[in-house]
Amino acid sequence: MVEEDRELIESHEHPLDGYLREGRIPHIFCPGCSLGSITNVIIEAIIEAGLDPKKISVVSGIGCTGRISGYLNYDSFHTTHGRSIPFAIGLSITDPERKVIVISGDGDLFAIGASHFIHAARRNADITVICVNNFNYGMTGGQVGPTSYMGQVQTTAPYGFNEESFNLPHLATTCGAVYVARWTALDVRRIKDSFVEAFKKKGFSFVEVLGSCPTTFGRRNQLAEGKKILQHFADHTVLKHDVDPKETKIEKNGPLIVGKFVDIEDKPTLTDNLLAIQRISQASDKKS
Amino acid sequence: MGRIEIRFAGFGGQGIGLLGRLLGEAVSLYEEGKNSVMTQSYGPESRGGASSTDVVIDTIEIDYPKATELDYFVVLSEEAYQKYIPKLKKGGILFVEEDLVTLDDQANKAKKIFKIPATKIAETLGSRLFANIAMLGFVCANTEGIVSEEALTQVMKEKIKAKYVEKNLIAFQKGKEYKQE
Amino acid sequence: MMSDGNLDLPEILTGEHFTTGNHATAEGALAVGCKFFGGYPITPSSEIAEHMALRLPRVNGHFVQFEDELASIIGILGARWGGYKSMTATSGPGYSLMVENIGLGMMTETPCVIINVQRGGPSTGLPTLVGQQDIMQTKWGAHGDFEPIVLCPSSVQECFELAVQAFNYAEQYRLPVTVLMDEILGHMSEKLIIPDRSKIKRVNTKKPNVPPEEYLPYKPDKDLVPPMAIAGDGYNIMVTGLTHDERGYPVLNVETQEKLVRRINDKIRKNKDKIIILEEYMLDDAEIAILSFGSVARAAKGAVNRAREKGIKAGLLRLVTIWPFPDERIEALANQVKTILVPEINYGQITREVERTTHGKTNVKGLFKMGAIHNPQEILSEIEKCT
Repeated sequence: MVEEDRELIESHEHPLDGYLREGRIPHIFCPGCSLGSITNVIIEAIIEAGLDPKKISVVSGIGCTGRISGYLNYDSFHTTHGRSIPFAIGLSITDPERKVIVISGDGDLFAIGASHFIHAARRNADITVICVNNFNYGMTGGQVGPTSYMGQVQTTAPYGFNEESFNLPHLATTCGAVYVARWTALDVRRIKDSFVEAFKKKGFSFVEVLGSCPTTFGRRNQLAEGKKILQHFADHTVLKHDVDPKETKIEKNGPLIVGKFVDIEDKPTLTDNLLAIQRISQASDKKS
Repeated sequence: MGRIEIRFAGFGGQGIGLLGRLLGEAVSLYEEGKNSVMTQSYGPESRGGASSTDVVIDTIEIDYPKATELDYFVVLSEEAYQKYIPKLKKGGILFVEEDLVTLDDQANKAKKIFKIPATKIAETLGSRLFANIAMLGFVCANTEGIVSEEALTQVMKEKIKAKYVEKNLIAFQKGKEYKQE
Repeated sequence: MMSDGNLDLPEILTGEHFTTGNHATAEGALAVGCKFFGGYPITPSSEIAEHMALRLPRVNGHFVQFEDELASIIGILGARWGGYKSMTATSGPGYSLMVENIGLGMMTETPCVIINVQRGGPSTGLPTLVGQQDIMQTKWGAHGDFEPIVLCPSSVQECFELAVQAFNYAEQYRLPVTVLMDEILGHMSEKLIIPDRSKIKRVNTKKPNVPPEEYLPYKPDKDLVPPMAIAGDGYNIMVTGLTHDERGYPVLNVETQEKLVRRINDKIRKNKDKIIILEEYMLDDAEIAILSFGSVARAAKGAVNRAREKGIKAGLLRLVTIWPFPDERIEALANQVKTILVPEINYGQITREVERTTHGKTNVKGLFKMGAIHNPQEILSEIEKCT
């Protein structure tokens, strides 16, 4: 890597001024956490996708990732633990033009909120779900979660975790998601492109981002700095577009398969189906 | 007229609930100055077993919605007869589907017993499903001051699916005209 | 019998009907403008969901049967922030699953309506038989301090009227409002008169009248209720279950907690005279009062009539609003009557409240029954014992 000469400029303006909520920064994220850059990428993707800011709602549950919704200067909803998805469904069906983005963590979406995820995918609810998977419960102090891998050490698995983990892209695909992708927090360009595609897509789109959590995950698993986690991602990432999501399971020191795995067109959404029921019911009225 | 309590009972599938709804609605909406409340027995089973529905009729506001002592007991199955006959008050009136119910000593407390082969009558119309309405016609003809034929006919026309109305009205007439031996 | 398919398009089926409490409740919700129902089947409330599934699409509304009660309650909160008046219906066990997010509704001041058709509990209990065992659950179910509004109908007509009222209170005071029905009311049929559209009052939340840069989503007006901007209004609202300041931003300190929690309680406490609905029957000269609510109140009224025929000075105080509790009225009653008799289908939930509010000034006697409503004769016998 060549060190470039950079001129430092002093400015009171930030390129994302207006997109972040005034008075909410600094954020609560730890040094080395990837949530800051993911927040940044979400905003860039919203801008690039050309979404009408008035039509955007951001919804999250509880946890570190759940705090992102509150930093974004859109209509934002910070709900209860695990319940962001049905809240998002309620918001989305009230306006077919509304883009509802759920952003939450692995514990929130796939432990306490797992049933909502699978049913929302089944119904093809018109929402985008972004899961930042940091392999543990960060905010509550580093407990294992449904995406923790075998052998991972956490406060509630002091002898090493010995359950199987969820493979999120496989789960989402099986349940009917129309767009499924996974990236690591290192792949910011690809994350952004993927978010843009997901935001523009009608129906249930899902993007998993493997995030760095040095404080409560890394410290216990020989990855005690954000940089080390990102280096681990860099060393283990294998890009495989369109691979069968069955093959993307994450294991200790195994490959981290990333890419876009599913991209289906023209599947009717929950909102489409609800509007169809309105037409059917009203047509039967006219007949009688 | 004071409070009147009527129970229809039979087995699941005989259309017992419909009888309660038709009578209740006819009284509530078409009988001037009368109120009615209809309740149904609810159990976890969707089909079969004893089914019953109660209609309480009064000229004043109906305070207690459930039947306590039956003035009229209209029964279309043996199981329902055995289950509910203790609820008939002494001097009450009993209507039975005579081919499906075997009367015993418990019926002695009734002031009057009306018997009709409602299912056989229904079968002459092509389906035993009309037995409930034949019974309703029979009840209408043999009671006074509860409900008029006009009110019941009106409700049947509104509530029964159009293609079944005619047959049901015939069943009602046959029940109404039936004279027990 | 309204769910036979022969229905008109309008939300308001003006006219006379013979129908169940469950259907009347659904019609009340439609009449006041409910556009979204999210629910999960549970006996004895399922007919409400079924009726909404039939009727809502015809009035350009949406029905979603969710995967559980947790999704149902939070789905209706989301839909309300999207601009649809929303409702769910359930029974005791389902209500238990909803309470955490009823708390979210209280904290975020989200108008919505929950119908609880009570059955016997605890646990699965008596799915098909009546109960009044969720009185305290509606008050204390969710953690934290909040002041709920809970209404309790006694007739099919009132099921309709209180569904309308529940939405109007929810919109006016910005909170989830619960209607406590019971199995008997839900399933019994009697006459329902749906009035003309012009006679049905529709309350909507106050909207902000300032531009977005000046809007503070949780800054209350004098009535302690803040105007409500929703998603898409251009106000970039922030809504959180965390303790928040007037901007809606999480501020986790003592001052913010003091201010917010006091206000969301006080907006109901200070307006409770406008919220409390009571029916008083033959109370003027009464020496024995029956305090009753829900389907039992019908039998209680019957017992009062029978007592009066016997020359006993009995009267009825019927709680239409259960929460906020009418402390002052009951305290005044305690100074008048020798005994307050409280028949209820539980083991003393309201009786204890009456004891609390009467401060030992009168004899309070609970008449508890499980799984069935009292008949007038049973209540009369108790009245006679008290004379």
